[in-house]
Amino acid sequence: MLSSSFDAAVPMLCVTMAALAVMGAEAFRAKDENMPLGGLGIIGLVGAAIAAALLWNRNTSSFGVIVADNFGLFVTMVLLIVGVLTFMFSAPVVRRDGLPKGDYYALVLFSIAGMIMMAVANDLLVVFIALEILSIGVYVLTGIRRQDPRATEAALKYFLLGAFSSAFFLYGIAFTYGLTGSTRLDRVGTYVAAQSMNDNPLLVVALGLLLVGFAFKISAVPFHMWTPDAYEGAPAVVTGFMSTGVKAAAFAAFARVFLSAFEPFSGEWAPMVWLLAAATMILGTVVGVAQSNLKRMLAYSSIAHGGYLLVGLVAANEVGKASILFYLLAYAITNLAAFGVIALLGAKDDGRDDLRDYSGLWHTRPALAALMTVCLLSLGGLPPTAGFIAKWYIFSAAVSAGYYGLAIIGVLTSVVSVFFYLRVVVMMYMAERPTTAPPPAVPAVGMVALAASVAMILSLGILPTPVLNLAAESIATIF
Amino acid sequence: MLLTLSWLLPVAGALALLLIGNADGRRNGVIRWLTLAAAVATFAVTVLVWAGFDGASSEFQFVERYPWIPAFGIDYYLGVDGISLLLVVLTSFLTPIALLSSWGSIDRKVKEFSVFMLVLEAAMIGVFVSLDLFLFYVFWDAMLVPMYFLIGIWGYDQRIYAAIKFMLYTMAGSVLMLVAILGLAYLHRTATGTYSFDLLKLYTLDIAPQTQVWFFLAFTVAFAIKVPLFPFHTWLPDAHVQAPTAGSVILAGVLLKMGTYGLLRFSFPLFPDAAAYFAPVLALLAVIGIVYGALVAMVQPDMKKLVAYSSVSHLGFVVLGICAMNLQGVQGAIYQMLAHGVSTGGLFLLVGMLSDRRHTRLISEFGGLKAVVPRLTAAFMIITLASIGLPGLNGFVGEFLIMLGAFRWDARFVVVAGLGVILSAVYMLWMFQRVYYGEVTHEENATLRDLLPREWAAVVPLCVMAFVMGVFPTFFLKPMEASVDAIVQRVQQGQTLRAERLETAERAERLER
Repeated sequence: MLSSSFDAAVPMLCVTMAALAVMGAEAFRAKDENMPLGGLGIIGLVGAAIAAALLWNRNTSSFGVIVADNFGLFVTMVLLIVGVLTFMFSAPVVRRDGLPKGDYYALVLFSIAGMIMMAVANDLLVVFIALEILSIGVYVLTGIRRQDPRATEAALKYFLLGAFSSAFFLYGIAFTYGLTGSTRLDRVGTYVAAQSMNDNPLLVVALGLLLVGFAFKISAVPFHMWTPDAYEGAPAVVTGFMSTGVKAAAFAAFARVFLSAFEPFSGEWAPMVWLLAAATMILGTVVGVAQSNLKRMLAYSSIAHGGYLLVGLVAANEVGKASILFYLLAYAITNLAAFGVIALLGAKDDGRDDLRDYSGLWHTRPALAALMTVCLLSLGGLPPTAGFIAKWYIFSAAVSAGYYGLAIIGVLTSVVSVFFYLRVVVMMYMAERPTTAPPPAVPAVGMVALAASVAMILSLGILPTPVLNLAAESIATIF
Repeated sequence: MLLTLSWLLPVAGALALLLIGNADGRRNGVIRWLTLAAAVATFAVTVLVWAGFDGASSEFQFVERYPWIPAFGIDYYLGVDGISLLLVVLTSFLTPIALLSSWGSIDRKVKEFSVFMLVLEAAMIGVFVSLDLFLFYVFWDAMLVPMYFLIGIWGYDQRIYAAIKFMLYTMAGSVLMLVAILGLAYLHRTATGTYSFDLLKLYTLDIAPQTQVWFFLAFTVAFAIKVPLFPFHTWLPDAHVQAPTAGSVILAGVLLKMGTYGLLRFSFPLFPDAAAYFAPVLALLAVIGIVYGALVAMVQPDMKKLVAYSSVSHLGFVVLGICAMNLQGVQGAIYQMLAHGVSTGGLFLLVGMLSDRRHTRLISEFGGLKAVVPRLTAAFMIITLASIGLPGLNGFVGEFLIMLGAFRWDARFVVVAGLGVILSAVYMLWMFQRVYYGEVTHEENATLRDLLPREWAAVVPLCVMAFVMGVFPTFFLKPMEASVDAIVQRVQQGQTLRAERLETAERAERLER
């Protein structure tokens, strides 16, 4: 169905326009004029969200390579929520740290546009372009504190390894094209379904290369090396943004490519992904235990969460596909909020991201400590939070597909992960009152964003049915 | 509606408390009274449930059912039968007492303490009244969080270690149960086409014996850790000793019963074949626990630790009764759960009172208290004798019924378990003697205060219950009889059905040959 309608691309275009507007406004503002650039960005994001809501259930496509099916739109919504929350957390941080406002907001918006594109792309080359758009934005954001050597190091590492993985991915696309004569996912799908290619070694190579490319982006073990450094070096709010947005976008594309076009070969790739999932869950949690820096710890935790998402991908049944979507939403809100707390507690010259900095936070900032605790419990998968429902959903997918082994690894690693999440809680609640000066007051906009996140976490944990149904609806249209 | 109210009322109380400013201990009094009011109101609600309960029926009563996550057949599904009814009442009975015990000893962050206590109560009641496995698991896991904070914030020196150990131990057991629960729902789907977490529907599932073994183990390890059954008991002394008095009372009084309740409600009736296979093993671990717990309790210098190990021993009896799976054994087990809740809850309460006064729990630091605090001594005496199982007090009935039931099943276990009864008299009376009799050896002890009115209010209900349960056991045994009978029937029926079917299969095979 080749249609020249622009409809399917509207959410993406809204965000791009907002990014251009921010750039323009920044370029033409008077030197000391204070412009509400953040507000401008939020308007663009909300516009995109409205557009996405209107496209729901319409299954439109643009130029044949962008498809606004419910799956893509669900992920788009997740990304827009991530975007709005990021903006709300960023406002006080940008002011406090003196970050270049125009550049920062424009880069965030461009990255989001790339992420959305990745979620709705129906062509391997478009996936690749989207990947580059979002990656370049995020590379720069990682190193946006130019005076900080750690940030620069993180950005460079991230960039080099990212470029490396892009090459793998591109190579995989080339092989796919060589085998099937197309990069369009639907055509690749029909072609491979029609031909019996199970024994074709080239296909295994193509699958493997694509897998490596995606595995880098979702930081699956053993392609996770860049993650802890990049997450630690970047400003906390950027870390929150990339650990959720990039992962959501990459997973959406991963699921689309492997569960639609390459679905017939699940026999070939499922064992590989099984191994990736198990290794990612185990390494992410076990190494996470040894961290004393909160950002680094959450970096490993986000690696582990990638592993849980992979479990849903391996299961590959209806529950599994829907559970990926639900998990992405729950994880995105929770993780972003946790990084939001870190960002809001930091100071210009001191990130305050060491575990010790949280000692006795309960006494000085009780509300923040409570909000952080809810986030950590949700990350650990304890009821009644979104994280619990999400994990339950993923593991029920694994069990119903017969992957008891993965489910058991999953639940046991989540117990281990509870140990390190609790270390933070111990610091906040059970350590002595700190002797150092209390952290600065948190601006209202940050508190509003945190409160909204926690409200979403709890409501998803207590009344998940509407969103579970949406997720189930989303996968009904494709695959 | 009453059951929803019984767990929602504490939650509502907790939410109300959150709105009250409590910086630097302002309004502590208001908060304490409000918390107590919420807990007492909850108790009233559960008593209403008891009053309206029809003891002649084995059906679940006060049933409430609303779809929660329909796509997976998960319902908000509550109900009580004779097994859970009294455990719910026990929970709401002990919570106000635990609150009274913390009235004076918890003086920092009173609001947060009260919130966690009420949330804990809500989760415990939820565990006992859930008839949907998913809902049950939610309450089961949610209960860990407040208990973790109670131990970790208001506990003694080693509190953080104890809190984390408690949390990780219990979670490690329970997550495997989660996998088994998911597996059950999946089996239900393969059998009938829809997912279901409805306990009553899952009871009727026909599960292959090999699968039963795995699922039984996953459930039972979770419960065995909670009970705690030897050798899964190592978290218990740490958690008990480090927890504040209120935490210990709840931990011993209610939390441990969730394990034995789980065995009785889930492990045995869901997987009757595996249960028949593993019952002797569990019973063996139980009697080892009875004797081991008693022996270790005997040599403890710390009173709280002594009581903690005595719990290991007493809970061994409960497990033994459940393993016997006959009317007497199971009724005795439930009775012993209730009795242990009252008497061990009371012991922790009284030890807590001594420890509040002297800031030590070492037996050697006391001596001759009888002359100084006669009323406290009397209360301690009653509870001690109740715990030993003196006829006429609550402990006797349960232990007697359990041994009766176990004797009908396998007399060998009873012989060893009987040793535990004697040993319990030894360690309890020996402790009592060293603490209360003799000369006052430490002069600090000569000026200890006797019971305050508030402490009276906490102690008297327990002592009264110890007598009432000892003298009028029928009053408590009657409502549970029909339900216990039903569960025993269900387990035995499952086993005979399977045996018959195996026999027919074998015969068919032989014929073919």
